[in-house]
Amino acid sequence: MSLTLLNVIVAVVIAIAFAAANAAYLVWAERRGAARIQRRPGPNINGPFGLLQPPLDGIKLMTKQLMIPGGADKILFMVAPVLAMAPAIMSFVTIPFSKGIAAHNMEIGVLMIFAFASMGAMAILFAGWGSRNKYSVMASVRAVSQNVSYEIPMLITAITVVMVNGSMDLKAISTAQAGGFWHWNIFPSLHSPLMPISFIIFFICSLAETNRAPFDLGEAESELVAGFHTEYGSMGFGLFFMGEYANIVIGASLTTILFLGGWDCPFGMFPGVWWFLLKIYLLIATFIWIRWTFPRTTIYGLLNLSWKILIPISLFNLLLTAGLLKVF
Amino acid sequence: MNPSMAITEAPGLFTADGLTGLIFLVMMAVTLIGGIISCCAERLVRAVAGLIVCFIGVAALYYFLNSPFVAMMQMLIYVGAVCITIAFAIMLAAPEESKKNGPAGPLSGPLGFITAGLVTIGLIVMAMRAKFTSLPKVSDGTMKEMGIQLLTSYSMVFELISIVLLIAIIGALVIARAGRSK
Repeated sequence: MSLTLLNVIVAVVIAIAFAAANAAYLVWAERRGAARIQRRPGPNINGPFGLLQPPLDGIKLMTKQLMIPGGADKILFMVAPVLAMAPAIMSFVTIPFSKGIAAHNMEIGVLMIFAFASMGAMAILFAGWGSRNKYSVMASVRAVSQNVSYEIPMLITAITVVMVNGSMDLKAISTAQAGGFWHWNIFPSLHSPLMPISFIIFFICSLAETNRAPFDLGEAESELVAGFHTEYGSMGFGLFFMGEYANIVIGASLTTILFLGGWDCPFGMFPGVWWFLLKIYLLIATFIWIRWTFPRTTIYGLLNLSWKILIPISLFNLLLTAGLLKVF
Repeated sequence: MNPSMAITEAPGLFTADGLTGLIFLVMMAVTLIGGIISCCAERLVRAVAGLIVCFIGVAALYYFLNSPFVAMMQMLIYVGAVCITIAFAIMLAAPEESKKNGPAGPLSGPLGFITAGLVTIGLIVMAMRAKFTSLPKVSDGTMKEMGIQLLTSYSMVFELISIVLLIAIIGALVIARAGRSK
């Protein structure tokens, strides 16, 4: 009993460290990627390839004074950044990185990640409302309506995968796809001929859920200054930033587990944690690539895409999969 | 801890039972504090924040009672959906809310305290008098078991709930259509 408890505590600490390290270094990767796409060097002064930039940025953010604007709702203003980061760390607890590496494998892993991801919208709402700034409030209403409308097709697509695999256990879903890339969920099978479309829907939704470009209307700097974190400085802003990148890692991990076979090797050799990491970092690189090459959509285009295209397609896909599972 | 076992004396803090009890008390405290915040808050958004704390406490209780599925559904539906909807309604309706200064109802002041006290005493007396028996286990709380139960023994309830939700959606659509034509 005590040994299991110790295992869980060690694993949770590792999960927190992994989340924080990824958040810090993905900022560096994003800035380098943006620079490469825009044909400039990017952060390259501090350390080799600018690798010392994230810790130095962290020190700078932590030594700054935490400013709270005059009319702000103090408690909600302080709670919001914590609420942005904490659910992301909670989700890491249940993600299996390989057969033996998972902090606490739960039977309802998919549900748990969605449950905690839905709390992120609350953080944005509190941040915008607590700042008492009209730009922040407008941005938070936009961001939350976007989050809510993209959660629906994402959940429906996840349910389709869960139905095909017959389990919500992330480890079981990964194990079911073992043995080469043709077993992965992304490829159409007898029960789910529309799986590649599901994958695309899921990927678009995870871009929108993490408020990334081309769906970053919540922080559209041309009309809303910096969106819901206009009033935040120092580590309060740092926590929002880290929360965003932790959510990106979770989105990429979930996509990898649900569609790309988790830790399975594409050629059936040496399955292990390295394949998982390779897959999630390739997905994250695609996230960064998309952010710096696509222009921002409008709010109407964004909501129409979700309600008029993604939700009907994913619902049809769900019904089709259910029917085919019943027939065959 | 066996629930049917009668506890004659308080267990020590650093035994398994004691720690379980402590965790239970923390969850109760979180739930109650959330409830009190949401009742006493002057600003509506803070009331929603209190409601979230309360829901998280309740979800923790479900997890504690060995049914993680219900706990996660509580998080997903109540924290993720219901509270967001309430917050949206507040933002659309009253951007700058002030202190409520309407006339106090007949139950404010001492009469309210007396009512609350009587209800509390009544509940305590009921709880003390009631004989707690352990019921047979319906399911082991896993998702598969719950799904089978919902679609066999409780299929009627399940369908009725879906009809209620359908009526709510139709009602919302009717209201929205009338608003547009005006």
